[in-house]
Amino acid sequence: MLCPECGKRPATLHYTKIVNGIKTELHLCEFCAQEKGLDYMPGFESGGFSFHQLLSGLLNLDPPSGPKGRAVRDGQGSFRCTTCGLTYNQFSKVGRFGCADCYKAFRDRLEPLLRRIHGHSTHRGKIPSRNLGEIKIRRQLEKLKHELALRIQAEEFEEAARLRDRIRELQQRLKQ
Amino acid sequence: MSLEHFMRKAISEWMRVKGPQSDIVFSSRVRIARNLRGLPFPMLATASQAEEVARRVEEAVRNAANRHPLLQDAVFVKMNDLTDLERRVLVEKHLISPMLAEESRHGAVILSRDESVSIMINEEDHIRIQVLYPGLQPEKAWEAASSIDDWLEQYLPFAFDEDTGYLTSCPTNVGTGIRSSVMVHLPALAMTQQLGRLFPAITQVGLAVRGIYGEGSEALGQLYQVSNQVTLGQSEEEIIDNLQGVVRQMIEHEQAARRKLLELSRVQLDDRVHRSYGILAHSRIIDSKEAMMRLSDVRLGIDLGLIRGVSANVMNELMVMTQPGFLQQYAGQRLSAEQRDVRRAKLIRERLELERQSS
Repeated sequence: MLCPECGKRPATLHYTKIVNGIKTELHLCEFCAQEKGLDYMPGFESGGFSFHQLLSGLLNLDPPSGPKGRAVRDGQGSFRCTTCGLTYNQFSKVGRFGCADCYKAFRDRLEPLLRRIHGHSTHRGKIPSRNLGEIKIRRQLEKLKHELALRIQAEEFEEAARLRDRIRELQQRLKQ
Repeated sequence: MSLEHFMRKAISEWMRVKGPQSDIVFSSRVRIARNLRGLPFPMLATASQAEEVARRVEEAVRNAANRHPLLQDAVFVKMNDLTDLERRVLVEKHLISPMLAEESRHGAVILSRDESVSIMINEEDHIRIQVLYPGLQPEKAWEAASSIDDWLEQYLPFAFDEDTGYLTSCPTNVGTGIRSSVMVHLPALAMTQQLGRLFPAITQVGLAVRGIYGEGSEALGQLYQVSNQVTLGQSEEEIIDNLQGVVRQMIEHEQAARRKLLELSRVQLDDRVHRSYGILAHSRIIDSKEAMMRLSDVRLGIDLGLIRGVSANVMNELMVMTQPGFLQQYAGQRLSAEQRDVRRAKLIRERLELERQSS
């Protein structure tokens, strides 16, 4: 089909937009898409926006909030857990954490340590049942995001939009 | 309820039941570490925070609408309410750890009446659920501990991270928080000097071998505690399976060594176990190390049918009763080392005499 905008070039880009349940389809040639400022759309690699940038934009629907209990450097240049005040130096001396947040605070340094102790750094055992619902949603989210990436790559935007809405919905549920 | 119940008897009710492979495996233990979300670990907790942990756990266990079946008649005991000796007896019975007895602040323990379950509070972690079963059954012990964990979790939110698992005070426990161990009696492997080859092999498959009172303790009476080292990256079932698989092989080796000893040096073995029995039955002074060694010999003699008329349980009982804390508790007073050696000899003589009369 020819681009309905210029009527000259073939329409190579097909967009589906769903706003409040109303579906709008757009078919454009590359030139007209750029003209309309639609060059950031997927499949239009030359427009300065890479596919990955777009993808990460799509996946980070929620801006990451600063995690509680992050590490800060104290005066002596040692990492310190902001929740309990334990420094990494202290930890390395006593071999005990001060609180659960120390795991987040020292995460980067901890991973090689856990690997050394256990040969692994990821939990594969039991999950407390009260966390089960939340973890299930998160696992589902991961799956959907992966699928979304594949759909975008395959230029199946209608399906991608449907997935995006489902991701938003699940993320809302996690927040509650 | 007073602590008398737990102090009076050396052997716990659960020990009276014969478990699988009980001629070599005395007991299976599973301990899981848990911490309450939002409160510092015991090392950094203030007095009021530690108190809050103890209160919340006690409240959960006391007031739960449906008490866990294994905790129906459970007793709540604060370490501060116990004398040094009483604490020591609980350690010697393996119901609490030395750390809880000696170093904990606002430490407490919830004990099931048959003493198979103990929930330590404010030890290294806020909560440590321990289940002890006779013989080789770490799987059953895990199932019981896990069901108590599930039940407690309804009332108490645990510190958990999706990637790192259950968050514990020490990174060596993180993930599953599980430490499963079995206490094995390996006299024939010791006599045939094979332990030196066996133990390094065990550590290579992610297990540790220790004395019977845990880290740093001496192996008394050829009793060893074999436990998992890895707690992260494997499921609880894998951890238990690994331990169980290795222990089964140790049992086979020990059995083979016992057969070999009977085959090649039956008279010497018979002489040795009976000499040890004679010493236990007649000595007037015996230190704890020798007592444990002789008891180990006699236990082997009973298991091999060389010594008759003495139950294996008497040996288990004496192994606990001849420990310093228990001896003093039994005597009702503090005793010097020399006094203990005399008391120990007397207690063993009397106990064996009682057994002889009843058989």
